[in-house]
Amino acid sequence: MSETVTDLVAAEDVLFFVNAAVTATGQREFRSSAAEQRLSLAFLHEYVRVNYRPLYAACLALDVNDHNAALIVEHLLRTPHEAGAEEGRLIAARLALLPPQRVYRLFRALRAAKVNNRRTRAIVRDWLAARPDLGLDAVKYRAGLKAAARHLHLPLPDDETGDFLFAPRRRARYDHALLDAHRRAHHDQRAVYELPFTVAEGFAARHGVPRGVFLERIAPRMTRLERLRTQRHAGVAADLSTMPLTRLALYVLALPFEERAARRTELTGALRAAAARAAGPYAGTWGRVAAVLDDSYSSSGSGVKRRRPLAVALGCHFLLEALAGSYSAHWTSGGTDPLLVRPHGPTPLGLRVLDALEAPGPAPDRLVIVSDGWDNAPPGLAGEVLRVWRTHLDPERRTAAVHLNPVYDPDGFDVRRLAPSVPTAGVRDAEDLPALVEIAQFAEGRTGLAELRAYLDRRVELFLKEAVR
Amino acid sequence: MTGIDLTGLEVRPAQVWGGVRLVPLVRAAPVAGLRLHREVYACSGHGVDVGDGTAYTSYIPHGFVADWSGEGAGAESAAYGSRLGGEPRTVPVRGPHHRLAKRQRAKSGRAEPRLRFLPLHLALEGYLALHFGGPSTVWEEWSREAVRQGLSPRAEAAYAGWSVPGLGEALRVFEIHPGQCGLMLYVADALAAAFVVPHPDDYRLLHPTLVEDLYGELVHQYAHYGAPVPEFTARIRDAAGGGRTLADLRAAAVAQERDWAAGHDGLMARDLLETSYAFERVYRMDGFELLRFLPPFRRGGTEQHIGELITDHKGRTAYLKTFRLSENQIRRGHLLQRLADHDWHLGRTAEALGTSYRELVLRIQRAGFGSLLNAHEVARRLRETKEG
Repeated sequence: MSETVTDLVAAEDVLFFVNAAVTATGQREFRSSAAEQRLSLAFLHEYVRVNYRPLYAACLALDVNDHNAALIVEHLLRTPHEAGAEEGRLIAARLALLPPQRVYRLFRALRAAKVNNRRTRAIVRDWLAARPDLGLDAVKYRAGLKAAARHLHLPLPDDETGDFLFAPRRRARYDHALLDAHRRAHHDQRAVYELPFTVAEGFAARHGVPRGVFLERIAPRMTRLERLRTQRHAGVAADLSTMPLTRLALYVLALPFEERAARRTELTGALRAAAARAAGPYAGTWGRVAAVLDDSYSSSGSGVKRRRPLAVALGCHFLLEALAGSYSAHWTSGGTDPLLVRPHGPTPLGLRVLDALEAPGPAPDRLVIVSDGWDNAPPGLAGEVLRVWRTHLDPERRTAAVHLNPVYDPDGFDVRRLAPSVPTAGVRDAEDLPALVEIAQFAEGRTGLAELRAYLDRRVELFLKEAVR
Repeated sequence: MTGIDLTGLEVRPAQVWGGVRLVPLVRAAPVAGLRLHREVYACSGHGVDVGDGTAYTSYIPHGFVADWSGEGAGAESAAYGSRLGGEPRTVPVRGPHHRLAKRQRAKSGRAEPRLRFLPLHLALEGYLALHFGGPSTVWEEWSREAVRQGLSPRAEAAYAGWSVPGLGEALRVFEIHPGQCGLMLYVADALAAAFVVPHPDDYRLLHPTLVEDLYGELVHQYAHYGAPVPEFTARIRDAAGGGRTLADLRAAAVAQERDWAAGHDGLMARDLLETSYAFERVYRMDGFELLRFLPPFRRGGTEQHIGELITDHKGRTAYLKTFRLSENQIRRGHLLQRLADHDWHLGRTAEALGTSYRELVLRIQRAGFGSLLNAHEVARRLRETKEG
């Protein structure tokens, strides 16, 4: 099948969208505001949905972030007349993966948009039917569940939950333990500690329980993340051994330098273990890898995504170490201790790329750059270095170069690129790196729509198969 | 000394945000023996009750404390935050800041090696006080008010940094270089301000204060109406510089940085660095001098800056802060200078300026000094010249 220009454009557009859907979260970034991001994303979603509907739906099978997954579902459900074959299954499978609070938020968005078609009702009904404990949802996501039930006229499976939500005074007591605890918590302090943490927090404040006492007693009811968030106050030790890589990197970066230095072996061990888990079967298969990692001031992210780009870079550092046969890291600040990185100083990316290429020994098999794409000392030098290197020094592509960018650029509807000759992929979690490097190959412009479609079909098939299990 | 000497400060590649270009200045080694701190005035409200129910409140975002005790950030540690005074409850007879540059004293009354001054106030004071006394010779054309009270009121409009569009954002996303001791700030590629401090740690602390400082109306207008400026992106030529090895490529990359520095000093900052200024010493501390400078008020497009600086014993700049004058302000300064040169004699000044008496009167009026002229006398003189 011969490639047409249309096909190439389509492939490019979809890759564009995947990059955006992986990185953009509609939150403030270092250089762009939340409003700019939302505006930019809204356009992108609409554009891709209208022009490439099947591919748009297929993106649900990729590692797009939850924010965009919810947006895609919303956009698909809003336009039922154009729906394709597998859409319903894709949506259901993705909703099952999303955290429940996001799904309830999505239902509320559907309500605001006045979307109440048959397919939507079926999907919401199935999702609610699959919830393990609707009583828990009624307590924890009360407003969300109430809004969904009311908007879609769904009968709740049992009378108790229905009464709890819509007629709380009808019953003197509930048979469901959580619902009853919620009722008692209004006047009984002991019942507070039977509730989920987020709900209990409000009751504890109302009863005037001191924070320390509350945290200590509620500890068994906390989720892993809640424990992590409050551990500084509660003195509850976080379990580092099961944390995903990027989360762990964020945790490490939030610690003060002295603590990082003092717990060096423990933290490094945990990071290495998480990286080994993420690398899985690929561990040690990537050959010689040189990495350029951005720890400039802009990697501090924003107030809502604090140090996220730096955490991604740190996660990538340990993951690449696990993937590579031999590995060298080059931080933009010139630092050599990954555990003590901090967002600081300018971004002399061009010179660091040269450092990475010039490292002693034979040329690396892979060059991985993790950066937000802003190269300012001097601007554009990284692009020039990569271009000249590609065209004159390594035209046979002995070294595969890839740029991973954790930051969405709302002006460009994409992540910022360094050079056209180096493929760029958006990255949100370091552990997605192997999959992203695969996708980035498409971005180089050497493969067309047919390959991309085949790749997406394969991913969709895998995704649906996993969902069935 | 006639010019600003920025020896020891190297230019690093600019960072661009919208219409604002920020050029970092980096020192290889900090200036020994001098530190600058930021002093935050926490005392609430220098409010003065005017009497009719209105209150006059002054706002001083921060002051600088020059510390040459050699103790580094000793007792006078720098602090964050500044505030606008709350409700004025008391009426101070005299504000606590009665002198512009003031030696700090310890509790015991002993003078400490620290000097407190307000950023840019020395410079502005120097500009505003320009021939403040009014005519030195009482010619008949000058009104009685001019002779008695001089140029009054002394006032100039300036804009706070946060009201200059895009500046706050540009300063926020700016990535400070290691060793950075200064910054040149361009708005729509016109030099708006230069800021240099002795030590990188001082700079890191004082960087946010740039958004609280004052900028001339020209800067504000340029920021408002100017388009985003282009980045001077690096270019490596394939034929000549690219070469065949990584070492060649590195040489070409480093050359890019050098080219930029040379281009910046010769082209963008030329007017600041090559103009000769009139310096006036305000204070001397061991080996260091606190000076303020005025430009030659030359008309014809060149940038004119007023400012203040601290130099070390070799005349190199340890501290520098400039304020870009607008075309109107230059014109006013120019006119005052020429008048002073010719003893405030209107006829001789007009001759020296190569214009007519009538033109000069119009220029004085347009510059806002019209009330200083004795209208009757000027009208009489004009009639005479017409007859004559």
